[in-house]
Amino acid sequence: MPELTYREAMRAAIREAMRADDRVFLMGEDVGPYGGSFGVSLGLLEEFGPDRIRDTPLSESAFVGAGIGAAMNGMRPIVEIMTVNFSLLALDQILNNAATLRHMSGGQFSVPMVIRMTTGAGRQLAAQHSHSLEGWYAHIPGLRVLAPATVADARGMLAPALADPDPVIIFEHGGLYNVAGQLPEDPVRVDIATAAVRRAGRDVTVIAYGGTVGKALAAADTLAGSGIDAEVIDLRVLRPLDDVTIVGSVRRTHRAVVVDEGWRSGSLAAEVTARITEQAFYDLDAPVARVCSAEVPIPYARQLEEAALPQPAGIAAAVRDVVG
Amino acid sequence: MTTPQTAMAPEVAAEVAHHRRELLRQMLRIRRFEERCVELYSAQRIRGFLHLYIGEEAVATGAMAALTTADAVVSTYREHGHALARGVDMAAVMAEMFGKATGCSRGRGGSMHLFDAATRFYGGNAIVGGGLPLAVGLALADRMRARPVVTACFFGDGAVAEGEFHECLNLAALWRLPVLFCCENNLYAMGTRIDRAQASTDLTARAASYGLTALDVDGMDVLAVEKTARAAVDAVRAGGGPVFLQLRTYRFRAHSMYDPDRYRDKAEIARWRQRDPIETFASRLREDGVLTDSGLADLDAAAVAEVDAAVAAAEAAPIEPVADLTRFLYTDHTPEARDA
Repeated sequence: MPELTYREAMRAAIREAMRADDRVFLMGEDVGPYGGSFGVSLGLLEEFGPDRIRDTPLSESAFVGAGIGAAMNGMRPIVEIMTVNFSLLALDQILNNAATLRHMSGGQFSVPMVIRMTTGAGRQLAAQHSHSLEGWYAHIPGLRVLAPATVADARGMLAPALADPDPVIIFEHGGLYNVAGQLPEDPVRVDIATAAVRRAGRDVTVIAYGGTVGKALAAADTLAGSGIDAEVIDLRVLRPLDDVTIVGSVRRTHRAVVVDEGWRSGSLAAEVTARITEQAFYDLDAPVARVCSAEVPIPYARQLEEAALPQPAGIAAAVRDVVG
Repeated sequence: MTTPQTAMAPEVAAEVAHHRRELLRQMLRIRRFEERCVELYSAQRIRGFLHLYIGEEAVATGAMAALTTADAVVSTYREHGHALARGVDMAAVMAEMFGKATGCSRGRGGSMHLFDAATRFYGGNAIVGGGLPLAVGLALADRMRARPVVTACFFGDGAVAEGEFHECLNLAALWRLPVLFCCENNLYAMGTRIDRAQASTDLTARAASYGLTALDVDGMDVLAVEKTARAAVDAVRAGGGPVFLQLRTYRFRAHSMYDPDRYRDKAEIARWRQRDPIETFASRLREDGVLTDSGLADLDAAAVAEVDAAVAAAEAAPIEPVADLTRFLYTDHTPEARDA
């Protein structure tokens, strides 16, 4: 069982996809000689050359849109955007073209592309590099939105995403790149449809995704010391949400805490909470609680940034409140 | 511009004459189609926004004549002329205006979003400048696959103010992609005249600053458009990188059916109408002896008949069932996907 970091797992997935299918290419800012702003594509230029590891100018709308056009014309592009904050410069292309063209053309044109981007805070990069806008993308019909939280998902989600005939967005939390994990020798096969129970428990369901899954598990470990047995669900797929796994767990535990690095108002946490109340209201023994980021631009200073984000202690406190 | 018929062998002259009548026929089809659309809009058979191309027909007609069926076309919300000149079936376009199931976008797009895979018509984009990145990507795929295919991308002068214009000309020139950028400069971005919106109105010079060939064309002269477009398409197809055409034209009608057209001088409109691309070209063909009055009447009658048939078919066509509302959102149209 080799040990890989999340970054290496993503790189291995890209390498495997490019070896398997010559329609696949990687395009984005500094994916070539620089190796990707977070080092994901380091070494791929040497193997695949500049045609398929394609550096772009700083023009997010043009190169994301070019990925859409290339996908419509027979290629299978992987487009890397440095951070979700920068992706806003390409939001028009993602929403008005990638997510829309298949339906608006009456099924004539599909957009089989993958967009990868870094998300999240925790590295003192301040407001314009640290936001967590997964919920905005999960709002958009026509997209599939993935949030690999484990090394196995970083390794395994790209292949099914590229096989998907419709646009897929993969959010890589910046705090996860150096996380290491054991992987089986065989190719890692994962689905891109279901949520995963990362820790089984009886007393409460803690629902998290991406960078907050580890924090939820840490909180669950702490709570175990106080006799509270928390189940932790990793959403994995933010659109479409796996209601069956979420609601099934809540029906067993009768309590839920939703953890989301996005801002609370209009958040993915709000959506999950609404679905729980719509589908499992009479199974609940307490109101659903949410632990989200403070509603401020993510600040630079360490203590301010830490205070702005969901933390294990805050998750544990929220769980204690609902378990009562 | 007109080539003297006496200089040609008779069969060549006949071919040229036939082709020119064909260009006129194409422009007439677009004109009659849109005139009928105005009536149908007033009768509330067509709803939504309706942006007319009347006055600009020489641009689409001349440019499309320079493309092969393997080439790709990206268009804007003022796209009826592009679609018809490209060869999208008029009945399917009219049915789309009616929102019918037989429409070229199955009633999901309407006037602004006509799509047709069969003719590689990649649709009308209603986000100004939004089609340019798609065109760059279509061309990138062709370039990576070494296919000798050109993507023609139409947009207006308004798009030149958008960031995507500059990003895309740079990217296409940087990668020497096979894109023909067709800028239809009709002088107004909705109601704002170009000199009120753009510090430099020399669009050709601005395009050329990105390191690509940029040419000025009289967009009211279908032969001039075709000739320049052919040379440009040949250069692009040969691997010379993208070419930018500024096609100087004018829309005779308001921006859309909602627009009372308060911002233009009536005398200005009247001046441009004297250069009507259909009337001037028909006159020229008559002077050249390749078109008779009855020949013109026949072309016109055929265009009207085609429009009549398209309207009749659209009226009779079935509507798309509401049960199919979310069909085509995802390729996998399962209940789970629908509930997403």
